[in-house]
Amino acid sequence: MRAVTRPLGLVCLLLASSPALAEYRLNLEPGVTVTSQNAYDIHQIVMWICVVIGIVVYGVMTYSILTHTKAKGHKPATFDDNLTIEILWTVIPILILIGMAIPATSALLDMEDVSDSDMSIKVTGYQWKWHYDYVGEDVSFFSNLSTPMEQIKNQEAKGENYLLEVDNKIVVPTGKKVRFLFTSSDVIHAWWVPAFGVKKDAIPGFINESWARVDEPGIYRGQCAELCGANHGFMPIVVEAKSEEDYLAWLNEKKSAQAAAAESGNKTWTMDELMAHGEAAYNTSCAACHQVGGEGLPNVFPGLIGSAIVTGDVAKHIDVVINGVAGTGMQAFGPQLNDADLAAIITYERNAWGNNSGDMVQPSDVKAAR
Amino acid sequence: MNAVVEEHHDHDHKPTGIGRWLFSTNHKDIGSMYLWFAFTMFFIGGALALLIRAELFQPGMQIVEPEFFNQLTTLHGLIMVFGVIMPAFVGLANWQLPMMIGAPDMALPRMNNWSFWLLPGAFGMLLASLVMSIMGLGSAPNFGWTFYAPLSTTYGPDSTDYFIFSVHLMGISSVMGAINVIATIMNLRAPGMTYMKMPIFVWTWFITAYLLIAVMPVLAGVVTMMLTDRNFGTSFFDAAGGGDPVMFQHVFWFFGHPEVYIMILPAFGIVSSIVPTFSRKPLFGYSSMVYATASIAFLSFIVWAHHMFTVGMPVAGELFFMYSTMLIAIPTGVKVFNWISTMWRGALTFETPMLFAIAFIFLFTMGGFTGLMLCIAPADFQYHDTYFVVAHFHYVLVTGAAFSIMAAVYFWLPKWTGNMYDEKLGKLHFWLTTISANVLFFPMHFVGLAGMPRRIPDYALQFAEFNQIASVGAFVFGFSQLIFLYVVIKCVRGGEKATDKVWEGAQGLEFDLPSPAPFHSYTTPPEVK
Repeated sequence: MRAVTRPLGLVCLLLASSPALAEYRLNLEPGVTVTSQNAYDIHQIVMWICVVIGIVVYGVMTYSILTHTKAKGHKPATFDDNLTIEILWTVIPILILIGMAIPATSALLDMEDVSDSDMSIKVTGYQWKWHYDYVGEDVSFFSNLSTPMEQIKNQEAKGENYLLEVDNKIVVPTGKKVRFLFTSSDVIHAWWVPAFGVKKDAIPGFINESWARVDEPGIYRGQCAELCGANHGFMPIVVEAKSEEDYLAWLNEKKSAQAAAAESGNKTWTMDELMAHGEAAYNTSCAACHQVGGEGLPNVFPGLIGSAIVTGDVAKHIDVVINGVAGTGMQAFGPQLNDADLAAIITYERNAWGNNSGDMVQPSDVKAAR
Repeated sequence: MNAVVEEHHDHDHKPTGIGRWLFSTNHKDIGSMYLWFAFTMFFIGGALALLIRAELFQPGMQIVEPEFFNQLTTLHGLIMVFGVIMPAFVGLANWQLPMMIGAPDMALPRMNNWSFWLLPGAFGMLLASLVMSIMGLGSAPNFGWTFYAPLSTTYGPDSTDYFIFSVHLMGISSVMGAINVIATIMNLRAPGMTYMKMPIFVWTWFITAYLLIAVMPVLAGVVTMMLTDRNFGTSFFDAAGGGDPVMFQHVFWFFGHPEVYIMILPAFGIVSSIVPTFSRKPLFGYSSMVYATASIAFLSFIVWAHHMFTVGMPVAGELFFMYSTMLIAIPTGVKVFNWISTMWRGALTFETPMLFAIAFIFLFTMGGFTGLMLCIAPADFQYHDTYFVVAHFHYVLVTGAAFSIMAAVYFWLPKWTGNMYDEKLGKLHFWLTTISANVLFFPMHFVGLAGMPRRIPDYALQFAEFNQIASVGAFVFGFSQLIFLYVVIKCVRGGEKATDKVWEGAQGLEFDLPSPAPFHSYTTPPEVK
């Protein structure tokens, strides 16, 4: 029904469009890497050539439309052939195309040269989040959309970086040639950061590569660029470029945080701790499909309120979460989350939304079930 | 010669009732059914597009769920490509080819009947999955009209098997239609009509028919591999079983690129018929038009991977596909230059078909420019899968293919019905359509360059303004088509009588027939000098 009433309000809404909206841009951005600068330069060259050709072609046509009309009493000519001009308009475009191909070829060869990189980051696409693994550094983590569901559902004002913000951004050192390796755990995704000029498909079972050397410290945002299912529009990419010093400090901080998280799997948690941590972890990892309120989406993603698995045998519930359900969208979360996260999520699901089973699952239970 | 035709008028027994349509073997009735089918699908596919544009009117999720949004984009694409543009061109071929080459009917009339009647079945099945989705019984196809594996195989909804069967039926229908076109053109030309004397619309359809026969089986192959991957344990596209998801894209686009020319070559033929008529001057460079069409058809087989520059091909492959794609600009340019030269120093008038043909030349050329930009691989990494691509292919398919179909309908409708259409309303339809199409699609270039990916149900705030403008254009465009529907119905029902020649500058055998054209077209072949 709203779809029907919408057009009526279109024009008024357009006139009243909020000045708070972020600034828009018309053209490609030059970006901050050699690759993106190359792409921008070649884009500008080809676009302006097209504009010039367009002015000539449309100009001639418009002149003819205005002058050679029956209304003005113009008598039609009878020619239907002219070899000279036909050769000209075949040869000139060929020369123009060669003129475009030369810079395009050198830009392409430069972009595809991933040799002599200083470090590598393995990027894995998941429905619908990115996993980053700093190769050789023992640092790896998931990066999820952090825009609250309330903003998406128009229940609260949208933030400045609406849909382009994540919980764990990746950090790269400035001035270093960073090689990215892309793959996927499920369907094809594409990792795209416009400011780097890098867009590469992440394909299950295959590894692609690309590179970027960022000289300007800053935060760069991008999105998945290959349709990957329901939440394709909700898996952004945020990269922060920092000086090498700051980067190393961040890397050490990440390492100790990961050690602490691993440690948390060894203690016994209270119900309150599990529920609090479980709610946060559920909203990050599970709510995209099962929804924040656990109701799921009818016939697409099952609801968890009173569901047989969530209210039934604990061991079965742990098994489904760890190993997933083959042939469905339910992923195996065992390799993705640590024992504490899994225990908290399972406990939360068993007690939230009126499921109130009172069951408590400890990290040690999850460890035993792995 | 008219006398000859008049004499045979008595033999025009049209069957009556539903049987006339169900069992029809007449090229005109089957052509009409194709065109009405395409028109119906145009409104259904358009309604889906309006839902998409309504959701994208502002940031945030307002009307549909992301999951349903993907079903909308998928079905919008499939319906517009396979249910609108292709059947409309087949409908035009059915009506026009026999009249243009001086034949009584198509060469294989019963097959003609079958190839049409497969389509309602195919689309009934596809649309049934959407209806079931709305009723909450499962998901319709939700993987985009390009249905990349493994999203459409391992992760596809149950309705994917419906979709596969539906594509098979469409493929059989298209191949039979193409065989019929080739058989008709090869065997039923009037005495004296050599190949290089055929009207250019006949030439473009002749070449299109070969493209169809070459690539529809490839599409059938790829969906069959999907079918066995999904149901019989094969792993063509599953890396875990030794298959290759990228091979899906190679096979799909080996079909897909010739497919886009299947949707534009007949349009070239239509524009090449209309421009000389209203310029009162012969088509410039007839033979170069034929050679350019054939060159485009040949090139279409060796450019497919320009749709896949980001899949990680070897750099030599990227260079090959970039260069081969650039070559397409040459024959396409020749065509545009020929049309302009046809208009040059003519005596132009601007009836609705000519307006649409001129808009076609302007706006299709826009799509050609962005196509040239897209083929430059290093820049394509930035454009790929953004709204820039969406803008590009809507310029060539809406203001290109669809505009040519509208032009053709206005051009030949008086010949088909015997009545002139309402010129005032036709012009109103033209101006509303052309202006709104640009309001709709031009801003997509900007949001695409600014970084908005395609196929997303919600977007970051910096894309908001242009999406609003595009949505406004979409609704004006959509509702303007009701004028078109009204003009067509009004013309079918009556109006000022059309002359046999219809247009002052009209050339060609179809304009030697009376208006409306007799049921069996040329029962005695005319002599072509």
